Formats: sequence, C-alpha cells, structure tokens
Amino acid sequence: MKNDPTTTVNMSDHRIDVKSRPLCLSGKGVTKYFGFGKKITKAVDHVDFEFHEGELVSIVGESGSGKTTPSKMLLGLISVTDGDIYFQGQKRDISTRRKKREYWHGIQAIFQDPFSSFNTFNRIDTVLLDCINMRGGKHLSKEKKFEMMTEACSFVNLKFAELTNKYPFELSGGQMQRLMIARIFLLKPKILLADEPTSMIDACSRATILDMLLQLRNETGMTIIFITHDIGLAYHISDSIYIMEHGKFVESGSADEVILHPKAAYTRRLISDVPKIHEAWDLTTV
Amino acid sequence: MKNTLRQVFHSPKFLVGFIIFVAVLLLAILYPLFNPGNPLQQIGLGTFAPPGTYVSLYDAVGTETSTFRLDDADAKRLASVLSDEDRVSMVNWLTAVGVDVTGLDITDTDALLEIWNANYDQSIRPEGMTNAQRNSYISLNNRLQSLGASETLTVMQPDEEGEMEEVTDIESTDYVNVGDVTNVITLPLGTDNFGRDVLKELASAIGTSLMIGLVAGCIATFIGLVLGLLSGYVGGVLDDIVMFITNIFTVIPSFVLLILINYSIGQENRGAMVVALVIGLTSWTWTTRSVRSQVISLRNRDHVNLSKLSGHSLVRIVLTDILPYIASYVVMAFILQISSAILSEAQLSLLGLGPKTTEVPTLGLMMNWAMLYSAHLGGKWWAYFPVIGVIALISFSLNLMNTGLDQVFNPTLRD
Ligand SMILES: Nc1ncnc2c1ncn2[C@@H]1O[C@H](COP(=O)(O)OP(=O)(O)OP(=O)(O)O)[C@@H](O)[C@H]1O
Ligand SMILES: [Mg+2]
Repeated sequence: MKNDPTTTVNMSDHRIDVKSRPLCLSGKGVTKYFGFGKKITKAVDHVDFEFHEGELVSIVGESGSGKTTPSKMLLGLISVTDGDIYFQGQKRDISTRRKKREYWHGIQAIFQDPFSSFNTFNRIDTVLLDCINMRGGKHLSKEKKFEMMTEACSFVNLKFAELTNKYPFELSGGQMQRLMIARIFLLKPKILLADEPTSMIDACSRATILDMLLQLRNETGMTIIFITHDIGLAYHISDSIYIMEHGKFVESGSADEVILHPKAAYTRRLISDVPKIHEAWDLTTV
Repeated sequence: MKNTLRQVFHSPKFLVGFIIFVAVLLLAILYPLFNPGNPLQQIGLGTFAPPGTYVSLYDAVGTETSTFRLDDADAKRLASVLSDEDRVSMVNWLTAVGVDVTGLDITDTDALLEIWNANYDQSIRPEGMTNAQRNSYISLNNRLQSLGASETLTVMQPDEEGEMEEVTDIESTDYVNVGDVTNVITLPLGTDNFGRDVLKELASAIGTSLMIGLVAGCIATFIGLVLGLLSGYVGGVLDDIVMFITNIFTVIPSFVLLILINYSIGQENRGAMVVALVIGLTSWTWTTRSVRSQVISLRNRDHVNLSKLSGHSLVRIVLTDILPYIASYVVMAFILQISSAILSEAQLSLLGLGPKTTEVPTLGLMMNWAMLYSAHLGGKWWAYFPVIGVIALISFSLNLMNTGLDQVFNPTLRD
C-alpha cells in the first residue's frame, strides 16, 4: 500500500508517546546570527529543544522564519554563534574533521531543493556507493554492493538497473528526493533532518515521499526532524511540533496539544491560514 | 562532455575564432617544415628588401635564352625607367623653350618621347636654367636615347692574361625561364633591417610567442586556481593571507612589476621562457580573485553539503564538487591569460625588455626591430604590418573563442 497517499499519510492514530524515551538530540540557548552591527540577522535566537529517540518532530514556520538555519547547525555544516547542542546525552564535539565524520554517521539530511542537492557531474551509482563506503562497506564484493543499491532503490520504488550510468539531473524532482531517501536507507543514521523535502514537488509525489519517511522511521526507529511550512501536514505526521517565529520557538509540545489547544497567537494564525477545501476562503485574513 | 564539445563547436563565434587560431598555428608549424633553417640567419646584405621573387642575375646571364618579340616590350622598358619626376621635368623643359604641350598626357610614354625627341636640343639653354640643371637634362636625354636604341648588351669577363673577353651578348628580345635559373629565392614578406627573411622569422616568432603565452597562461592559471580554490573553500586565516598577498599584487600594476623584474634580470639572462615565467608570476591575481569568488558562492551549495555529509575529504570535495563547476570558467580564464601574456611580451619587447635578441625571434622583438630601424617611416610595411596583423589575429581569435565559450556555458548571455 506504499503508493496510496490517502491511507498512508494520515498517521495521527499512530502517534507514539515519546516522553518516556531517552533524548537523542537537544539544545540549550542555541543561537545563530548572520552579519555584524546594523546588518545583523538573528536567524536563530536562543532556542531550546529536546528531540527523543524514534520521535518524528516537526519544526513549523513561515518562509524566512529561520528553519533551515537550525538544521544546518544541527548538522554541523555552519558554526553555532552561541549555545550548546547535546548529542545522545553528551555535549556535541565536532572540532576535528574526524569527529565530524563520526558525527555524520549518526545524523543525515534531506535538503529542501532536490535539484541543487546532487553533484551534477557524479552518476547515481557514485552517490549510492559513497553511502555504502561510508558505512564501512568498502571491501564488499561488487555483487553485494549492487544488491544493496538495488534494495535501497526498490525501497523508494526506483529501478536501480535503469538508473546506473544516469546522472541525477536526468531524474524528476520527485525521483531525486526518492534517491535521497535511498541514501538514507543505506546510511541508516540515528537522526534524519528533512528540510522541507516535499516543498519543491507535487502533492502526489509528496504523499509517496512522506510515506517512505514514515516507513523508514517505523523500520529503523530513527528520529526524524521534519521541517515544514505546512502546519496541516505537520499535524498529520508528527509526534510533536515546534512552532518557529522569527528565529524563536513560540510554542512546542505534542502534536495534539499544539494544534488542538494552541496558546500562541502565531500558532493560531498559522492554523487559521491552512486552506480548507470544503470551505469558502475568507480572503480578508490573507 | 561530448555534448558540451559539440555545443562549443556549434557556436559560430567559437568556430570562427578557432579557425583563425588554427590557421595562424599552422603557419607557425608548417612554414618551417618547407623552409627550414635558422630564422635569424641574415640572408641579405642590404636592409628591407621588398617582398617578391628574386632571381640570381649572375645565373640568369648564362641561362639558355628564348627569343620573344613583344610589341610593347620597348615601351614598357622605357616606361619603367622614366619616373614621374623625369616626366614632369621633361614637360618643364618643353614649356620653357616655348613648345605647346597642351593636351599632352604625361603618362603616355610614346607621345611624350615623340614630342621630346622632336624638340630637345642640348644647345638650347632656356632662361634661368642653371648649369647643373642643364647637365641633368643632358644625362636624362642620353639615358632615353640609349634605351630607345635597344642595343645589345655585351657581357665581358677577363681571361688569364687580363684581357677582356666577350662571354655572351644579351639581346633586348632575350628571355630566360625563371625555372631554368639555378638560384631563385622567394621572399613573400621581403627581408627586415638585418636582411632576414621576414616570413620565416614571423613563423618562428608566432611559435615562440604562443609558447610564451601558453607557459605564462599555465603558470598564472595554476597559481590562480590553487590559491583561489584554497582561499575560497577553506576560508578563515588562509583566506586572509592569500587575499593580502593578492591585494598587494593588485595594487602594484603588474606591468610596472614586469618592467622592474625584467630590468633587474638583465638582457643576457632573459630567455623566452624566463620572460614567460615572469609574466606568469605577475598575472595570476585576477584568476585568484575570480576563482575565489566563484568558490565562495559554491561552497555553501547543498551538493557540497551533501558531499560533506558523505564524509568526503577536503581535497575530494574541492576536486569533485567545486572544480568541475568552475572548470568552464577556468578554461575561459586560461584562454584570456594566454592572449594577455602574448600582448605583455609584445609590450615588453617594444620597450626593449623582452627576451634576448640573439636566440629566437618573438612577435614583440620583431616589432621592436621594425621600430628601431624606422621601418614605419621608410614605408617598409612588410617589416611591421604582418607582425601587428598576426598579434591582432591571435588575440582576436582567442577572445572570440572565449566569447563563444562564454555563450555556451552561460546560456543567459545568448542572444
Ligand atoms: N548565509 C546567510 N547569511 C545571512 N543571512 C542568512 C543566511 N542564511 C539565512 N539567513 C537569514 O536567516 C533567516 C532565516 O533563514 P532560513 O533559511 O533559516 O529560513 P527558512 O525558514 O528556512 O526559510 P524557507 O522556508 O524559505 O526555506 C532569513 O532572514 C535569512 O535571510
Ligand atoms: Mg529553508
């Protein structure tokens, strides 16, 4: 039933209670400023967060509210201006390249724009082989590697045999994001940061991709941090939700808590802005 | 890759530039094959022999002759020795003694001679004419009379006793076949001030100048690329240091630097390759700057982030995730570096600070010689015009190729 969006995306009945589970990623007073002096942009401003093992947590906010920035910080791709990040109970240490590589075994990402996520000069095989090599599969036989790549591709409904020797840009946006998920399937990280993985593709592919992410979570128990501007989508798939406004978390809690009993005005506005198909739009609020 | 190449060669601008460049290159490669030997050898004793085919007069005398009776041969012969000044002074004499010359066309040699022969008398001395002028008219008349007579020329040679002995007679109707003359030399571009074959020199100079351009371009592009990649990608202190050095080199005009360095090296030690090295070492700054800014815009792209997340090393990221994206740009920068290095060499040589003059000719040296020996004042166009033309063609073709590449790689520029 992988490809039926109506049945699979609505996971609200399958929410797990995560509070009892151990923390895998948390932050205290995490801050990121860009620029100096007058031109300073407070992209992320002293935020606290706690993500548990196996949790699917959404970070919701408008465009430009500063969602990508924390994800880059969590990935260790940009430096942190202030604050501490804890990975599996310990303060994160990525001071050397070696430690960074170690850290990236535990945390991986899917980026916002599939079209710019791949090196256009590398074949699809290269992308997937890199993942196998990173997981210590360098010495495996060619056949074994091929088998692993085929399995990863079939998990995301791609036919590997047809893709060998192709380049990522020869795929559609949806196929590229699925290839991204195949990467994650091979890498099996503890934490996956998905930064609006569906914002650049159509609704049907979106359902497929969300379904694959959920399946991945259920099979491997990985934590998924799902970044989105779509609060309705967040409500459907996530266990807990963080609402971000201008670089600050204005509200957080379990999905039901945040959506059904919103406290912050910003959350209420976000919820009321969700277009409902069966109602006439009230254009005065837009 | 193949596709890109096809696209590049479908760009008309690139193609035209490429064809011109290859043509110039072929001249440099092929001409020395047909005409081997040292291009700096002085074959002529005089300076600036005009372009043309030269036949050994000595050999021509002994060569078997054929007889042709051409109606206009005499007239042509006369016309060729009668210069415009001669004609004007003839008319002057005629008017001075009161002959009516209205309606006479002085370019019509026959008519002019007829009226001259009918009227000239060396005993008549028009008023106001000096003795010297009179004598020059007498000698002019003698010249005309001897030509008109179509006399047979006798070639004499002294025998053992020193007696002059007749070798052969040359009739005015004798012709020799150029192919039968043993020594014939064709100088399509004449000779220069030292009596060297200009075309041979030019072919060799193109080779040397392109070599200088290539070596200097390689050095400049390599340094610029490495520094730009490192400072752009690694950033931080390394970036500060590299930019500091780059800024110093940018503030001092590189041409001034070139002049100073070349001057301090000294004429004796400046081989062509030394000059290429110096040009390369002083012209990498703008490649560094532009590569750096390209790398900075690339280093935060998601595909680089993905590569980092895949645990790739810095070297691998730079080589596979950055370099291919700027490769087309680097190729274009390289082409421009070659073209500017060739021009730099020409400028330096014009100032007398180019490669030493005894080893190989370069385009700049040839211009330098032409200028030193005032070829431009004497109207010896063959000594400087082809060189200027070749320099212009090389730099035009390289820039045209560059524009063509630019249009292929940046489709927004296409019109
Ligand atoms: N490299 C940077 N330099 C300067 N400012 C930046 C940089 N990256 C982000 N910003 C600023 O930080 C703020 C948050 O950006 P961010 O990319 O996190 O937004 P976002 O919520 O992901 O937006 P979107 O939904 O459009 O992706 C924006 O105001 C942006 O201008
Ligand atoms: Mg974003």
